[in-house]
Amino acid sequence: MLGYTLRRIIYTAPVLFGVSVVCFALVHISPGDPLISILPADASVELQDRLRTLYGFDRSYPEQFILWLGRALQGDLGTSIATGRPVTSEVIRAVGNTLMLAAVATFIGFVLGCFFGFVAGYFSNSPLDKAASAAAVFGVSVPHYWLGMVRVIIFSAQLGWLPAAGAGPGGSGQWKFDLEHLSYMILPAITMSVIPMGIIARTVRALVAEILAQEFVIGLRARGLSELGVFLHVVKNAAPTALAVMGVQLGYLLGGSILIETVFSWPGTGMLLNSAIFQRDLPLLQGTILVLALFFVVLNLAVDVMQSALDPRIKR
Amino acid sequence: MTQTRPILIAALLASSVLTIPAAALAQDKILRIGMTAADIPRTLGQPDQGFEGNRFTGMTIYDGLTAWDLSKEDEASVVIPNLATSWAVNPDDTTKWVFNLRDDVTFHDGSAFNAESVVWNVQKVLDEAAPHFDASQVGVTASRMPTLRSARAIDEFTVELTTSEPDSFLPINLTNLFMASPAHWQAKFDETGNAETAWAAFAADPSGTGPFRVTSFVPRERLELAPNTNYWNPARTPKLDGVVLVPLPEANARTAALLSGQVDWIEAPSPDAIPQIESRGFTIYANPQPHVWPWQLSFAEGSPWLDKRVRHAANLCFDREELQILLGGYMGIPKGTVDPTHPWWGNPSFDIRYDLEEAQRLMTEAGFSAANPVKVKVQTSASGSGQMQPIPMNEYLQQSLRDCYFDIELDVIEWNTVFTNWRRGANDESANGAHAINVSFATMDPFFAMVRFTSTGTFPPVSNNWGLFGNDEFDALIADARTTFEDDARDAALARLHARIVEEAPFVWVAHDAGPRAMSSRVTGVVQPKSWFIDIAPMDMN
Repeated sequence: MLGYTLRRIIYTAPVLFGVSVVCFALVHISPGDPLISILPADASVELQDRLRTLYGFDRSYPEQFILWLGRALQGDLGTSIATGRPVTSEVIRAVGNTLMLAAVATFIGFVLGCFFGFVAGYFSNSPLDKAASAAAVFGVSVPHYWLGMVRVIIFSAQLGWLPAAGAGPGGSGQWKFDLEHLSYMILPAITMSVIPMGIIARTVRALVAEILAQEFVIGLRARGLSELGVFLHVVKNAAPTALAVMGVQLGYLLGGSILIETVFSWPGTGMLLNSAIFQRDLPLLQGTILVLALFFVVLNLAVDVMQSALDPRIKR
Repeated sequence: MTQTRPILIAALLASSVLTIPAAALAQDKILRIGMTAADIPRTLGQPDQGFEGNRFTGMTIYDGLTAWDLSKEDEASVVIPNLATSWAVNPDDTTKWVFNLRDDVTFHDGSAFNAESVVWNVQKVLDEAAPHFDASQVGVTASRMPTLRSARAIDEFTVELTTSEPDSFLPINLTNLFMASPAHWQAKFDETGNAETAWAAFAADPSGTGPFRVTSFVPRERLELAPNTNYWNPARTPKLDGVVLVPLPEANARTAALLSGQVDWIEAPSPDAIPQIESRGFTIYANPQPHVWPWQLSFAEGSPWLDKRVRHAANLCFDREELQILLGGYMGIPKGTVDPTHPWWGNPSFDIRYDLEEAQRLMTEAGFSAANPVKVKVQTSASGSGQMQPIPMNEYLQQSLRDCYFDIELDVIEWNTVFTNWRRGANDESANGAHAINVSFATMDPFFAMVRFTSTGTFPPVSNNWGLFGNDEFDALIADARTTFEDDARDAALARLHARIVEEAPFVWVAHDAGPRAMSSRVTGVVQPKSWFIDIAPMDMN
């Protein structure tokens, strides 16, 4: 097991380097001036050249990449052009906020997804299956930013029950797990959970239906095992795939949903990326993408290791 | 029944807990504002995020030597003394100005404001050798005062500013230079030992001379301001207990935050939401801003706009009142770059109006007809700062101008790309063969309102004369305005320039933005001037 884990960790090194190259290249080949946030279009040519030199954008791309990578390896992702604040602290704060939201959304999505999936799988082709499958299809199909807006209109603007925007009355810096703060999370988390719920439900439904049709289940029942006992066997067989899907979904949500975070003004990585893209803030954009990519790689590694722990055949 | 009652009680308790913060806040006179910016504008003295930055973290925390008069809603906003009580150009050397400063001003940290403070604040953006020089503040500052070069203290409360050439616009430009506290920055520098980190620390805990001081700053989420009880201007000493600024870039989120009572004021509600906002008892404030939403026309070889009759016809061929209805009423109808109440108006002989018959006559005279329309390509964006509703507005023009034998093709590209192309000119390949570009602009300052579009010295890539419009007559009018230092005479010179611009019509003037903002009826003392700015300091809350 240790050998397998170490091997997987070593495999991630070239992936991480590739990620850093792609990340740097992507933000530099995109159109637009990286100094646009601090340099109005009517700035003189001399002023533009002066600032380009001061920020090091007059150097060659390989030179800029090596400097950036060298600093990134030491934990310094540079300084945001637009705000003048260190990118590392900006990204850490945003990742923390997104992690909190994504974890809650994934939990809701996983629980509901598994519930609908098992119900649909166990009662395959029954009205219950149809209803649960419809819920899953709805989750996958409905534009979640639209759903978010509708919920804001109903629960915030019309009923006034829940806050429409933000991450707490004093901002995320003063977050507490109390009712007042959690009220800010209810709408974005439920909205964010809709897609993972749908995907997990569909996956689990297919898995359960397939497992129930296998001979070993008939064997278990023939041996007189209780229905609960059979259910536990089904869960154990479905778990690795369901976990893998949940890991991937958590990864996507960690990337921050630009749309959800913008609709609810949730100060996570999605909003940070949105802001960095519109301001052409290259250091912030590079730093955020790199950290998110690292999260994704690490998450996949963790899921692989967990899968192999649950199902030793995977190691082979 | 017995089971539902506890649930109902729990729900009521929960909803009462959730509403406590809003109710508690309602006891204090805390004005909570939802901005359109995606982040808190920079707080270190020279804000970013365009004029929204100046409005919320410039004029609130800081003062300039000069300021805009924001106390009237029915007259053009003009420049007035602020930290400088008076100023005059040196008659022997018109590149040198003497500013007399107030002697009763202190920064929020308690240090005194004086001539050395002004020198220090000029150095922060213009003197690369100064220890406190900050490249990140240069772009937004130097471009708004292109001729300022240096400052020198004459005595404790008198300072001399030097420009690269005679420039009567300097007092107007100086509304954009905000005075940060040198002593407070030095304290941050002593703590950190590094200029860059000192500015970062200063931004988190800033000190200016403005009517509000910063009490709490959560980057990207909220900025809390408290009144500066020692403020030097009694007329602008705040009555509010505080102000909270919240970035809410998404229009629907802003509207929902207002309707749910999370904020008391939102910037730029979407036109569709305004009837609902008004029906819930909120007040919409709007006034035509010094802003122009134009088509800037190309004078490059082969452009159809080289014929003045075609330019005039386009200006006469659409009904701006109808367009105003399309925009929910929140649009000013332009008669030129500035309106007839403005000191720079100048009574142009060409009257911008809706006159379909005259427009058709001009086009027929120019050789065009329904069977032989003139083909025009216009580069625009689908969104962007100050662009209002670019697609419906351009489509309205496209349809209207068809009646005057124009065959308009819209070239819609991404906003930042249009903005970059604006600097490259009509002859550049980035124009993609366009004969006009649709980029809105501010008109508070004569350089940005007129000079950069009409001088031969501002042809691309120097500045935004995208259409390459200009000649000796306009250069002479500009030089006259720039070298006339008495305020009324300078305004008269600018009025002559404006009149000639309207008569020559290098633009199709389409709209002035009315800049609507929605506020709770609890907010009182609101004056919405004809400006991009609004003064929060005199406001109060019931």
